[in-house]
Amino acid sequence: MTQDTVIDVRGLTKSFGGRKVVDQFDLQVPRGAIYGFLGPNGSGKTTTIRMVCGLLKPEAGEGEVLGLDVLRDSARIKERVGYMTQKFSLYEDLSIRENLEFIARLYGLDRRVERVDQALADLGLVERQTQLAGKLSGGWKQRLALAACMIHEPELLLLDEPTAGVDPKARRDFWDQIRRYSAQGVTTLVSTHYMDEAVQCDSIAYIAYGKKLLDSRTSEIPKQIGLFAWRITGHPLHPIELELKGAAGVDLVARFGTEIHVCGKNAASLERAVRQVKAAHAYVEIEPIEAGFEEIFIYLMSGSIDNFQ
Amino acid sequence: MSGARFPVTRALLDLSWSRVFAVFLKELVQMRRDRPTFAIMIMMPIMQLVLFGYAINTDPRHLPAVIEMREDGPLTRAFLASLSASTYIDIVAIAHSSEEGEAMLRSGDASFLISIPEGFERRMVRGERPQILIAADASDPVAAGGAITAVQQVAQQAFAPEFDGALSFLARAPPPYEIVVHRRYNPAGVTSFNIVPALLGVILTMTMVMITSIALTREIERGTMENLLATPVRPLEVMIGKTTPYVFVGAIQVAIVLIVATLLFHIPFTGSLAAFLLAVTLFILANLMLGYLISTVARTQMQAMQMTFFIFLPSILLSGFMFPFRAMPVWAQTIGECLPITHFLRIVREIVLKGAGFADIADDMGPLALILLVLAALALLRFRRTLD
Ligand SMILES: Nc1ncnc2c1ncn2[C@@H]1O[C@H](COP(=O)(O)OP(=O)(O)OP(=O)(O)O)[C@@H](O)[C@H]1O
Ligand SMILES: [Mg+2]
Repeated sequence: MTQDTVIDVRGLTKSFGGRKVVDQFDLQVPRGAIYGFLGPNGSGKTTTIRMVCGLLKPEAGEGEVLGLDVLRDSARIKERVGYMTQKFSLYEDLSIRENLEFIARLYGLDRRVERVDQALADLGLVERQTQLAGKLSGGWKQRLALAACMIHEPELLLLDEPTAGVDPKARRDFWDQIRRYSAQGVTTLVSTHYMDEAVQCDSIAYIAYGKKLLDSRTSEIPKQIGLFAWRITGHPLHPIELELKGAAGVDLVARFGTEIHVCGKNAASLERAVRQVKAAHAYVEIEPIEAGFEEIFIYLMSGSIDNFQ
Repeated sequence: MSGARFPVTRALLDLSWSRVFAVFLKELVQMRRDRPTFAIMIMMPIMQLVLFGYAINTDPRHLPAVIEMREDGPLTRAFLASLSASTYIDIVAIAHSSEEGEAMLRSGDASFLISIPEGFERRMVRGERPQILIAADASDPVAAGGAITAVQQVAQQAFAPEFDGALSFLARAPPPYEIVVHRRYNPAGVTSFNIVPALLGVILTMTMVMITSIALTREIERGTMENLLATPVRPLEVMIGKTTPYVFVGAIQVAIVLIVATLLFHIPFTGSLAAFLLAVTLFILANLMLGYLISTVARTQMQAMQMTFFIFLPSILLSGFMFPFRAMPVWAQTIGECLPITHFLRIVREIVLKGAGFADIADDMGPLALILLVLAALALLRFRRTLD
């Protein structure tokens, strides 16, 4: 048992209706890591997470989670994993407190009342504890679900888009909490579509069409992708945007508020394209910048995967 | 791991009572919150009893009867007078031959043919217990069922004042005559006393199977199954926890039916109450397992409902509720034997109407228990522990 690697799965494969939704997926997550799981809609993130916690049976592959066999020991894995589903899956016709108590009982927790009280206090839901969970707003449902999957102090957190629909302040609190857990040795695999969350992860695995295309330390990703970017400002920007799209050397044109970020893998031809635009439209300002995560992942998701790997 | 030699059975029978309790409690709260469904489960027995019970037990009166008198004496004349005074039957004709009476019965001009044999008085005095023969058109089972009671009462009232003086030795129990009923056209003769206890079986089958058939499909449709399966809860715990609350609902229904049956329909409860309670508990459990098994097979609540109705039809048609069991073809009897309600109907009729105790119902309790075990085992095996 290599207890330093909390998730160690190899070759996980799953098909639905003859279509491979997850294909030969490998993942190694060390203890205490915060691992980001990124990918476009329908790329297989939820399916992968479900296989890791034993909710779906992989048709091929093997591995260990928390040192236990992912295929045979799922009952014991479940006791030590906290899984937060993408879709709200607590009972809407139970109150907030009843939901937490139900989960606490299922995990056979000692000091149940105390823990539930604590969770309610952390959530700031003490006054509303008798309210039905179904009556909560979307963001509050997410926060309740998160509290519920942490109540048994799991060693591994599998969070499927935990902050979707959650306000910025609550998201910040949530990430602070994840980092605190991480410092205590709790491992987290979290899927997200927010880039500001992605950069907070120690490592990122990127999946598209069921295949893992990227898996490395977050800090190394920009270098690994090797994407160059220029910022263009001025008014009006729309004709510039149209002109740049499809120009030689330009792989991505992304609008960020009042500026355009133009990206390309080939620095020289990108610069040529940008300078051409500047020559034709004197009113725009151009400036080379470092490609951020937003650009990198939009670039990855825009389907330019052929020239990658 | 040497302890995991039989991983499948071990995992299936693994059990923590605190997790069972967690599921049970949650189900109870959900049931309480789901007021309409709860109300239906309580109201349904009352509605069904009142509808069926009264429709069938309308206390029929003025049923046409033809009398065949082979003897004319003071006692038989008193009996005839009492019969014509009774509101239960109307004498439409006095037959002079048995063919004539039979013809009227066949044509439906009369519902009963009541015959007093020759030498009735003489044989009664001799203590030979002569028969008053009632041929009843039992295609109307209620009428046939009421006939015995009515004629018994009429006979008692008619003869009582006559049995004095020299004949006072005849005023004893059993009466010095015998009333024999021949049911025509429906030999099993379902009677109203028969129907109300049997309705208990139908009501329990309907509600218990229906309510548990959506036990798991509802979780799947609402998306809560994903969370439930992600916890360490085991299939057996889910099964016990989810079905137990409905045992109490079943118990409430039984109480309602018993009260209504006694107060409105004056059903005599003659047998052993303990035996009845044991049988009804077993029957409720078997139905809950049947519903739960449906729940493990169906993928949506709609499918579960359809499968439930698929169970209802044979439960009503092939169980002996609607048609006499022994008169059915063998294949239908075989299907019937596999249904919990078939055995329960026999048990409940024996206990409630015939005064049976534990020993008498054993031959139906065994199959009922076996059905329960088979259903529970199938449901456990069918339980999907993944979302596949
Ligand atoms: N139970 C299922 N039956 C059939 N197809 C499924 C099932 N679950 C998922 N899929 C398909 O598998 C693919 C991957 O789905 P998955 O939910 O894993 O994607 P995802 O990466 O989580 O997407 P999102 O970002 O939208 O949550 C999708 O095309 C989806 O339609
Ligand atoms: Mg998903």
